[in-house]
Amino acid sequence: MGSYIAKRLLAAIPVIIGLSIIVFLVMKLIPGDPAQALLGSYATPDNVARINRALGLDRSWPEQYFIWVGNLLQGDFGRSYILNRPVLDEVLERFSATLILAGASLLICSVLGILAGTVSAVRQFGWTDRIVTFFVLIGISMPAFFLGLIFILFFAVQWRLLPASGMYAVYGGGDLPDLLRHLILPAGTLAIVATGVVARLTRAAMLEVLRQDFVRTARAKGLGEGAVIWRHAFRAALVSVIPVLGIQAGFVLGGAVYIETVFQWPGLGQMLVKAVSTRDLLLVQGGVLVAATVYVLVNLLADVAQATLDPRLKG
Amino acid sequence: MMATALALVGPVAAQTPPNVLVIGQIAEPASLDPHVSTAANDFRIAVNLYDGLVRNKPGTLEIEPALATAWTISDDGLEYTFNLREGVTFHDGTPFNAEAVKFNFDRMLDENHPFASTGPFPLAFFFSSVDKVEAVDDLTVKFTLNEPFAPFMSNLASPTGLIVSPAAVEQYGADYGRHPVGTGPFKFEQWQSNTSVVASRNDAYWDGAPTLEAVIFRPITDANTRVAEMLSGGIDVLLETPPDNIAQFSNDANYQVKEVVGPHVWYVMLNAKDGPFADKRVRQAVNYAVNKQSLVDNVLQGTAGVSAGPIPPAFNWAYNEDVQPYPYDPEKAKALLAEADAEGATLTFLVTEGGSGMLDPVPMGTAIQADLAAVGLKVEIKTYEWNTFLSEVNPGLEGKADMAEMAWMTSDPDTLPFLTLRTAAFPAEGGFNSSYYSNPEVDKLLDEARVATDQSVRGDLYKQVQAITHEDAPWLFVANWKQNAVVTSAVGDFELQPDFSLVLRDVTKQ
Repeated sequence: MGSYIAKRLLAAIPVIIGLSIIVFLVMKLIPGDPAQALLGSYATPDNVARINRALGLDRSWPEQYFIWVGNLLQGDFGRSYILNRPVLDEVLERFSATLILAGASLLICSVLGILAGTVSAVRQFGWTDRIVTFFVLIGISMPAFFLGLIFILFFAVQWRLLPASGMYAVYGGGDLPDLLRHLILPAGTLAIVATGVVARLTRAAMLEVLRQDFVRTARAKGLGEGAVIWRHAFRAALVSVIPVLGIQAGFVLGGAVYIETVFQWPGLGQMLVKAVSTRDLLLVQGGVLVAATVYVLVNLLADVAQATLDPRLKG
Repeated sequence: MMATALALVGPVAAQTPPNVLVIGQIAEPASLDPHVSTAANDFRIAVNLYDGLVRNKPGTLEIEPALATAWTISDDGLEYTFNLREGVTFHDGTPFNAEAVKFNFDRMLDENHPFASTGPFPLAFFFSSVDKVEAVDDLTVKFTLNEPFAPFMSNLASPTGLIVSPAAVEQYGADYGRHPVGTGPFKFEQWQSNTSVVASRNDAYWDGAPTLEAVIFRPITDANTRVAEMLSGGIDVLLETPPDNIAQFSNDANYQVKEVVGPHVWYVMLNAKDGPFADKRVRQAVNYAVNKQSLVDNVLQGTAGVSAGPIPPAFNWAYNEDVQPYPYDPEKAKALLAEADAEGATLTFLVTEGGSGMLDPVPMGTAIQADLAAVGLKVEIKTYEWNTFLSEVNPGLEGKADMAEMAWMTSDPDTLPFLTLRTAAFPAEGGFNSSYYSNPEVDKLLDEARVATDQSVRGDLYKQVQAITHEDAPWLFVANWKQNAVVTSAVGDFELQPDFSLVLRDVTKQ
């Protein structure tokens, strides 16, 4: 298992290097630069040149790239031009906010999705199955940002039960209950679509497993129905559900961009949207690199979990 | 379990504390170093933490004393000597004096200054006419200019002229922007990234301590979320309300809607070098053809007024009341087009998706397109994201387009015409005259206005500029934006300022 993980980690290195080049080039190739974004209507050629000189953007592209990578290797991600603050500070702060949001929704969608999918497979075509299928369909077809706006309208504006935006209250808050109160709406919204997908796939996997011989054998041995389903069938079905959770982890990380904007959640997605529009090169590069690395790690984790459950996959 | 759930969702969540004003801002500030920042969003905070040597008198764009109590200008317009206010200290306890003023401007203007690296200072060119700053004595400071430059006083009153604490810059270096120290009515307390900036009352403020105990600025980028926060009681002041929501708040006794016309112009530049707009009659024709009143009433829902020329009415001392907006007259437009032999011309129109001061650029662009179609002009719209748009438009429209949207907010009536309407401001010369408008008379008037230190003389010159440019129609003049804010009924004495700053020193909250 150790060598499997090491191999996978090594394979991730060229992916991340390639990505750093792509991100760097994309940011260079889109028109407009930080000086232009800072100066807006005042971007005379003189002013632009003056700012570019101050930011070191008057050097050649390869030079800029290697300076960036060289600093990165020493743990220095540079300073955001627009926020005037170390990139790493900003990215880590933002990323922890995204992880809280994505982690909470992943937890919700895994627990609810697997539970709903299993129940609905066991009672196929029963009323539970129909209700689950109905909600799954709504969850999958509703755009998350729209759902988010509806939640804000009812829970925050009409009933004033939950805060409409932010991660903490600006006064007095800052503790765990305060965080949870702010987390309910965005994490719930983000989880809904993912829950539908997980429930659907769990249901399909369970249905397939339930038809297999070993389940019949277990039943024939006289095991109770609960033990058959949870100890045997469910475990087998998980093998195909776990990689889906890995993909869902990527999905909620990506979906967080919209949700962070709607709920003003101070996460990485919201930061990247703004950083791209202000051409904050180092911030975009740093943010994407960190996000990609985590994405690679999450997928690795999912594969390892699957391999643990199903020894045939270890190879 | 149930108890926890109830504790999490109690309606107590939606109350702001007494005597603390919570403001829903449009974005996270970039920096609270006023010399580094370029955004109105940041300046709204900065003007409450800092003072400049002079400031705009509340409700106007006229200069009044602030950290300087009086000043004299030499007859040749080259020397400005300021007497500084006595006994003022920065929030960090260090004294405000002539050396501090010198430090502020040297840092921005001298690339070899020991703290020049705490920049870059994008708007430092506001003061590029300053040759040197000298501390004559502790409370007297003298600016020497390398050429007469009448907008100097307005620029000193702009946020780029705010005075920061030299000791704090020395202490925090490049991180100063997150540890701002000024002399203003509020003292910086805390900046929680992406959550809030908190400032508390400066009890020792030279102009009388504010009533409010503290102010909290919350960044809420999404306009709908900002409205939701206002409705759910999370903020006391809502800035930049979307036009669609204004009516909802004005019809509700729990809220007050505040509006003020600012020094803003929204226009469409017309390429006078090549294509149909090289003919003045075609330029006038489009000014007659577009129904601007309908545009500001329907597309912008009354959040702007109709513009008559390149100088916004907010500069009342320089605004020519006699110049009226072109009336909506499609028949006259058709006649002019026929006269100029430009009927049925095809025009390329550059439109941006968003951008500073651009209001609602896409719907505005399509409304203009429809009005021009009604007089037989075929307009092809090309849409760009803001930064891309600027890099398309700033080098000039020649060979590329006939029309392009643009908007400016300025602190002096000189800035916009000087940078966009002079012959010497063609893009090749480093200016923003992307439509290549050229009239020697306008050039001469603008040059004279720049060196005239008497405000009434300057005002007359700008009034003439307006009359001429209105006739020449280098642009399709469209709108002057009204800045708006919604406050709850608990908030008192809140007024928006024509310079787009947010002055909170006299505001109260029950």
